[in-house]
Amino acid sequence: MSGDWPLWEVFVRAKGGLSHRHVGSVHAPDAQLALAHARDTYTRRLEGVSLWVVPSAEIVASDPDQAGELFEPAESKVYRHPTFYDIPDEVKHI
Amino acid sequence: MATVAVDPRTDYLLRLGDDALVLGQRLSEWCGHGPVLEVDISLANLALDLVGQANLLLNEAGDGDRLAFHRDVLDFKNCLLVEQPNGDFAQTIARHLLYTSWQHMLLQRLTNSSDQFLREFAAKAVKEVTYHRELASEWTIRLGDGTEESARRMAAGLDWNWRFIPELFEVDGTLAAAIERGLAPDPREFEAEYRSAIAAVIAEACLEAPPEQRPILGGRRGHHSEHLGHLLAVMQFLPRTYPDAKW
Repeated sequence: MSGDWPLWEVFVRAKGGLSHRHVGSVHAPDAQLALAHARDTYTRRLEGVSLWVVPSAEIVASDPDQAGELFEPAESKVYRHPTFYDIPDEVKHI
Repeated sequence: MATVAVDPRTDYLLRLGDDALVLGQRLSEWCGHGPVLEVDISLANLALDLVGQANLLLNEAGDGDRLAFHRDVLDFKNCLLVEQPNGDFAQTIARHLLYTSWQHMLLQRLTNSSDQFLREFAAKAVKEVTYHRELASEWTIRLGDGTEESARRMAAGLDWNWRFIPELFEVDGTLAAAIERGLAPDPREFEAEYRSAIAAVIAEACLEAPPEQRPILGGRRGHHSEHLGHLLAVMQFLPRTYPDAKW
């Protein structure tokens, strides 16, 4: 039966100020029940304060066959990491 | 253990506590049998909310474990609606819609109880039950306004449970005493609101309300259907057979 239902990707905001993070997926017949299923499946233990659900079919993904041209060129560019700065202790979430 | 609760407060705690316990136990029967994984988890969550409510209420009424596991069927004070069998998913949803819509309206008013425990209990539980009511409404609408089969099953589920509605609004002497003391709201005050809320969900589900049936009363006084005995046998078997069993 759930095979008839579309898949939805679930994103949870753990607390105010943090980004929504992808946590998994649920099957549901429509957006509202997708939210209910996401709530019941992924926020049972106080994991979040906000939920997003997105139809999985709407996600545009990069082609794994293009991983070489897309991602490998970044490997040799260590200077792009901001590791040459001292980050003050007061700055969180970096 | 015969529990003769003459005190209106204890009796009221048992009525609400037994409703939550029996409905929670019923829903837990779905665990591992839900139509899909997501719904299985969803129903288990609803069951856990209700067992949590029962835990608070029965422990306020006395020794919660003894009340749950060592009372016989005639001593249970739940309404007949909550002990009805699960049937198919639509029948379970119909029962949940009819009970939690009533429970939600009751708890909203119970937050003004003269009793501090009941006020605090209601404030906590009303949030859980708001979600139960919404979820049951959403499913009723989807099944009613779904396929020919789902609409037929939803209508049959409502029809099965319909005759147990009047009991929810019955005021007997013991409840009247609790209302008199300001402990409990008078359910008759929200019967019209309840009827129109249920009618609105049924209309949105593109269904017809079942015809009025001869009401069945008596659960609050221990006159239960045969279904409750079977439910209790499963629920009470372990602590009665192994009284010293520990987790």
